Amino acid sequence: MSWLRYFRRGRRNDDFALEIEAYLEHEIDENIARGMDPREAAWAARRKFGNLTTAKEDTHRMNTIGFLESVAQDLRYAARLVRLEPGFFTVATLCLALGIGANTAIFHLLDAVRLRTLPVAAPQELVEIQIGPNQKCCTGNFSSRHSNFTYALWEQLRTRQQALAGIFAWSARGFNTADGGELRIIQGLYTSGDFFGTLGAVPAAGRLFTSADDRPGCGTPGAVLGYSYWQREYGGQASAIGRKIHLQQKPFEIIGVAPAGFYGVEVGRTFDVAIPVCAEPIIEGDNSHTPKRHHWWLAVMGRLKPGISVAEARANVQALSAGIFEATLPPVYTPESAKDYLNYKLIAKSAGSGVSDLRADYQDPLMILLGIAGLVLVIACANLANLMLARASARERELAVRLAIGASRLRLIRQMLAESLLLASIGAVCGALLAQFLSRYLVQFLSTTDTPLYVDLGTDWRVFGFTAALALLTCFLFGLMPAIRATGTNPGAVMKAAGRGLTSTRERFGIRRILVVAQVALSLVLLVGALLFVRSLHKLLTLDPGFQESGILVSDISFSRLKYPPERRPAMQRDILNRMRGIPGVQSAAATSIVPISGDRWNERFEFSGSNPSGKFLSNFSGVTAGYFRTLSTPLLVGRDFNEGDTRSSPRVAIVNESFVKKFLNGVSPLGRQIRIETGPGEPEATYELIGVTKDAKYVRLSDPFSPTVFTSIEQMPDPGEGLQVVSQSRLAAPALIASVKSEMGAISPAIGLNFYTLHAQISDSLLRERLMATLSGFFGCLAAVLASIGLYGVMAYIVARRRGEIGIRIALGANRRTVLTLIGSECGKLLLAGLLVGTALSLAAAQAISKLLYGLSPTDPSTILLSVLLLALVALPASLIPAVRAARLDPMKALRDE
Amino acid sequence: MTRRKESNDRGVMMQGTLDMLILRSVMLAPAHGHTIAYAIEHASEDILQVEHGSLYPALHRLEERGLIASFWGTSENNRKAKYYRITPAGRKHLAVERSRWDQIVGAIARVLGPAVE
Repeated sequence: MSWLRYFRRGRRNDDFALEIEAYLEHEIDENIARGMDPREAAWAARRKFGNLTTAKEDTHRMNTIGFLESVAQDLRYAARLVRLEPGFFTVATLCLALGIGANTAIFHLLDAVRLRTLPVAAPQELVEIQIGPNQKCCTGNFSSRHSNFTYALWEQLRTRQQALAGIFAWSARGFNTADGGELRIIQGLYTSGDFFGTLGAVPAAGRLFTSADDRPGCGTPGAVLGYSYWQREYGGQASAIGRKIHLQQKPFEIIGVAPAGFYGVEVGRTFDVAIPVCAEPIIEGDNSHTPKRHHWWLAVMGRLKPGISVAEARANVQALSAGIFEATLPPVYTPESAKDYLNYKLIAKSAGSGVSDLRADYQDPLMILLGIAGLVLVIACANLANLMLARASARERELAVRLAIGASRLRLIRQMLAESLLLASIGAVCGALLAQFLSRYLVQFLSTTDTPLYVDLGTDWRVFGFTAALALLTCFLFGLMPAIRATGTNPGAVMKAAGRGLTSTRERFGIRRILVVAQVALSLVLLVGALLFVRSLHKLLTLDPGFQESGILVSDISFSRLKYPPERRPAMQRDILNRMRGIPGVQSAAATSIVPISGDRWNERFEFSGSNPSGKFLSNFSGVTAGYFRTLSTPLLVGRDFNEGDTRSSPRVAIVNESFVKKFLNGVSPLGRQIRIETGPGEPEATYELIGVTKDAKYVRLSDPFSPTVFTSIEQMPDPGEGLQVVSQSRLAAPALIASVKSEMGAISPAIGLNFYTLHAQISDSLLRERLMATLSGFFGCLAAVLASIGLYGVMAYIVARRRGEIGIRIALGANRRTVLTLIGSECGKLLLAGLLVGTALSLAAAQAISKLLYGLSPTDPSTILLSVLLLALVALPASLIPAVRAARLDPMKALRDE
Repeated sequence: MTRRKESNDRGVMMQGTLDMLILRSVMLAPAHGHTIAYAIEHASEDILQVEHGSLYPALHRLEERGLIASFWGTSENNRKAKYYRITPAGRKHLAVERSRWDQIVGAIARVLGPAVE
C-alpha cells in the first residue's frame, strides 16, 4: 500500500461519497421508472445498496494506515488539552522547558569541553606527546598553559620520531598590539611550521605557515590571523594580507587567515594571531625561552602515520626517551636534578578531542551540575505525574466506559501517552530554545578578561540526541505510570462506585504519597548541596586572606620599548614608584613580582646556613619593594621592612611569613638566620639574611592553606627588569586612579606600556568555579524546593477533595475544626517527615561526590543539613497547610449535599 | 476508536470470485458501479446476488492493484458516475484466474462424478 495514499485519503473518501450518490441516483431513477413513488424509490435504493457504513469503513480502512491514523487521532485529542486546560498546559510546559533547558545547556557545555572531537580533518589520528607521569617532573621555568617541553626537547623529538606523519609544537601567549600606553592584549599562538599542515587547515585567505617559515633565526617571518579576529579587526577584507600587525612592538606581515571555526587544538580557547615558534627570540628578546634548556613552554602533538596505532607511537617515543633526554640535559641542573631528568619517559596518547585546561577544572563541576539539573527534572516530572494522575482519576468513568465497550488497554495507554508526548515535545522545543541562551550565559560566566573562553556552541547531533532523549524519558516518566494505573481499573467497580465512595482506598493514594516523599527527599538533597556550595563560597569570600583586597589597584608598567641598558633600569623603577606614590589619593604604593591570587607562582629550593635545621626545603618566593606589606595591610610581626639601605651592593635580606617560621623553624624567631637558595652550577650563589616576619597571606589560591613564603627585595635582584608591577592602596575609584596613573606615566614617556586591574576583580575571577557552583546549585535548589512544595500542595489538595464527604460527615457528627486540621495536618506532616528523613539519608550518601569542590566544610556538615531541613520545611509547610485549613472550614451541609 | 481486528470475515475465495466477476463485466466496455452490479445479477440469471454496497470496496481494491482504472463520466441517463475500465494487467489477471477457476471446477466435477439420481 502506498504511503502517499494516507495523505490523500480525505479526497478519496469524498470521491467515494460521490460514487455512492451516483449509484443511489441511478437506482432511484430505475425504481421510479418501474413505477414506485419517489420516497419509496429512495428507500428501496438504500435497501438494495445494503450496509452503507460497512462499505464506507471498508474503503476508509483500505485507504489509511491504522497506526498513523490512530496516532493522529490521539494527537488531535491531546491538542484539545492545550485549549481546554491552558493553566495545566502552561505550568507543565514551563516545568519541562526549565528542566530540559537547564539540562541541555549544561550538557551542551560538557559536550563542547569534554566530548566533542576537534573540528579538523581526521581528529582520531591526532596524538599528544608528553612526559609520562613522574613525581619529579619537571623543574625550571614554566610559562604557558601547557608547558610540556623545552625548545631543545621539541627539536629532538621532531627529528627523531618515526611514528608520526606530521608533528607540531605550539605555545599560547598574549601579545600586546599597542605601541605605547595601555596594553591591548590579543590571544596569540606560537606554532611550529607544520601546525596548520598537520591539522589539515585550509587558509580562508592568503596562505598558512609551512615548515619553510619556521627556521631558527627567522626574525619576523609573518603572522596568520584567526578567522574571527580577521573579521573583527579587518572586516574580513582580503586586503588585510600583506599589511603589518605589531606584536610586542615588532612588526609582522600578515600572510594569511586561518579557516573559520578553526581554533587550534586547545578546547575552550582560540587565537587571534599565530606566529612561528622561530619568532620567539625576537619577541621575547633577552627573556627568550628558545635557547634555555630548562624553560618549559611548548606542547607537542602529531598525526599518526597510516597504519600506526597509538600504542605503537607510544612505544616509539618511549624507546627514544633516553637518547632525547640525554641530548637535551639543561646545563644549569644540579647533578640530582639531572638524574631525575634522564629518567623521564615520553608517552603518546590520543588527542582527538584536543587538549584543555578547562576540562580539568570544569569537568567535575559540570558533571555535578548536570546531575543536579537532572534531579530537578525528575522532581518536575514527579509533579507532572501527580497532575496526570489527578487528571486520570477525573476521567476514571470515561475510561471505564471505554474499557467496558471493548477498547483495548494498550490503546487507551497509547492515547494517554500521546498527551504526555505532546507536552514533552513542546517542553523540549522550548527547553532547547532556552538552552541556547543558558549555555551562552554559562560561557560568559566562565570567561574572564584575561582568558576569554571560546566555546563552539554549534548544536551537534549529540546535543540534539540528548534533548530528544530527555523529552522521551520525561514523557515516559510522567506519562506512563499514570496511564497504566488509570487503565488498570476494573470498569465494573468504577462504574458501580460512580464517584460515590466516601474515601478512595489507601492503595489509590499510595503512589502519590510515594511520589511526594521522593520529591521532598530529592529536593532536600539539592538544597543541602546548594547550601554547601553557597556556604563554601561565602567562607572563601569572607576568609581573611592576610591582605586587604579592596582599594588595591595593580598597574602593570613596562618600559621595555625605551631599551634602557640594565644599569639605568633601577633609577627608572624608582622614578615610577615615586611618581605612583605622589599621585593624590594614593596612600601607599609598592612593587611586587607576584601579585597574590594571580595564579603566578615562584618557588625555590633552599637550605639554612649553619645546617640547623639541615636539609633542603621548598618555599614560595616573591620579590617586593619597601612598603608592600603596608600597602596590602599585611602586618609585619617581627623585625623590619626593606628600606633604602637594602641595595644591590648591601647584603641580601629577606622577610618570611609565619608559616615559614612554624613549618621550618618550629616557631623560633628567624631573625638573623641565613638561607641559601639552590642554584645550578656556574650561577652565583644567593644567600639571604632573614630580617622580618609577616602575618600569613594567601599566595596562589584562596582555598589553599597558608604556605611558607619568602619575600626578597626587588631592589636587590641581580638583573633589574624593564618593568614593574605596582600595587597601590587608594580610596579613589579605580577609573579615576587609572587616569591619573596614565597621565603620570605618560609624562615619563608615551612609550611606556600600561595594564591595569584591581585585586578585587582578580580574586573574584579566581573564585569563578566556586561562584558558578554556588549560583547554579542555589538556583536549582530553590527551584527544587518550590517544585516539591507545589507537589505537596497538589497531593494534599487532592486528598482533601477526595475526602470531602468523609470530612463533612465528621464535622456534621461534631468533630471540631481543630480535629480536622490535625487530621489533615498530620497526614501532611507524615509525608514531609518521611521525605526529609529519606532526603537526609540520601544527602549523607551523596555528599562525598562534591567534597573536592568544597572549602572549609565537610560535605556532611550537620548544621548545613539541619538548615536545609528547616528551610524546606518552612517552604513546604504553608503550601500544604492551605488544603488543611480549607478542609477545616468545610461547610458540612454543602459537602454532603454535593455527594 | 478503531477495531483491533477486521470485522469483515468474508472469505478470501469469495472475494476472489467477486473480483473475477467484476473484471469480466468490465472487460468489453467501461461501466459504472450500478451497471456492474446489475450486469453480474443478470448474467447469472439472478442466481448470484451481490450486495451492491460490498461491490464498491471490491472495486477500490481492484483499482488499487492496478487491475482496473477509473474515470468520471456521464451515464446513459445523464448522471455523473464513476466508470471503471479494465487494464492490460486486469485482462491478464482475469485470464489466469479464469483458467484456474476452470481447473478447479473441472477437478471438483470429476471428483463428484456424474450426478446420481
